[in-house]
Amino acid sequence: MKKNLNTIAYCRIKNHTISVNGKLLYTKDSQLTFPEFAKQVYKEKNIAYPKFFKMDNLSKLGFLASEFIFEAAKLDSDIIKNTGIVLSNRASSLDTDRKHQETINDKNNYYPSPAVFVYTLANIMIGEISIRHQIKGENVFFVAEQFNEILLEQYASSLIQNKKSDLVLCGWVDIDKDKYDAFMYLVAEEGPQKYSKEIIKKIYTED
Amino acid sequence: MDALKKELKESIIEQLNLEDFSVDDIADDDALFGDGLGLDSIDALELIVMLDKDYGIKLTDPNEGKAVFVSVEVLAKYITDNRTK
Repeated sequence: MKKNLNTIAYCRIKNHTISVNGKLLYTKDSQLTFPEFAKQVYKEKNIAYPKFFKMDNLSKLGFLASEFIFEAAKLDSDIIKNTGIVLSNRASSLDTDRKHQETINDKNNYYPSPAVFVYTLANIMIGEISIRHQIKGENVFFVAEQFNEILLEQYASSLIQNKKSDLVLCGWVDIDKDKYDAFMYLVAEEGPQKYSKEIIKKIYTED
Repeated sequence: MDALKKELKESIIEQLNLEDFSVDDIADDDALFGDGLGLDSIDALELIVMLDKDYGIKLTDPNEGKAVFVSVEVLAKYITDNRTK
């Protein structure tokens, strides 16, 4: 029998703002670049994770969203371990791909940066989130034109119904140059808010 | 040599994104890997690229890298002895 699922927490990061469960937590100067915005939030939240500064912009965006989600979820680390991760975006890792391209354009000055190159895959962000929270569950990353709540709902439901994961961290984490948008939510059998693709779509559209 | 050590510390901080460090935080004999600055394997690759790009030194032997990247002190001496630019 198909189980009803619930949303434990959700987070939105866009236009220099961060909201969690619909509540606005941060509004920053609109002149800030994304790295400046991310750094300010990192400092203000007193996150102690120096690896953050080595991440590319996509990973920073996903990392921050997941920080707020797991903080709001208030779950034991043992439970978090078996979280599935189902994320998606439009630009894949293009933002970092361009930076890598810049280091190899000139044959006479050909010094590709290993630290940039390792982020030329969108699912590296999932790896960063997994390392941070010691997550060992299933994961997948989709590249699509737009946020697809149906696909994410089907995949998340399948992971939980088939007992592959107890929780699933889902969402859309997209960044390309100055445009960024993260909408992340944590789904499980138990949670404070009813989950359905219609509800998620509504939150995504209105938040 | 002191100028080179300072230059190396600045490069390490900037290129390895050591946000929480300043030049004064890094002692000449601090371990770059392990308990010192806590650099990782990608940082090691980045340092190898830096040696090539900034000083014209190509490191191809991994064991050599291990010996060279012990500290800023050791690295500065190695660069002084081997730089081609």
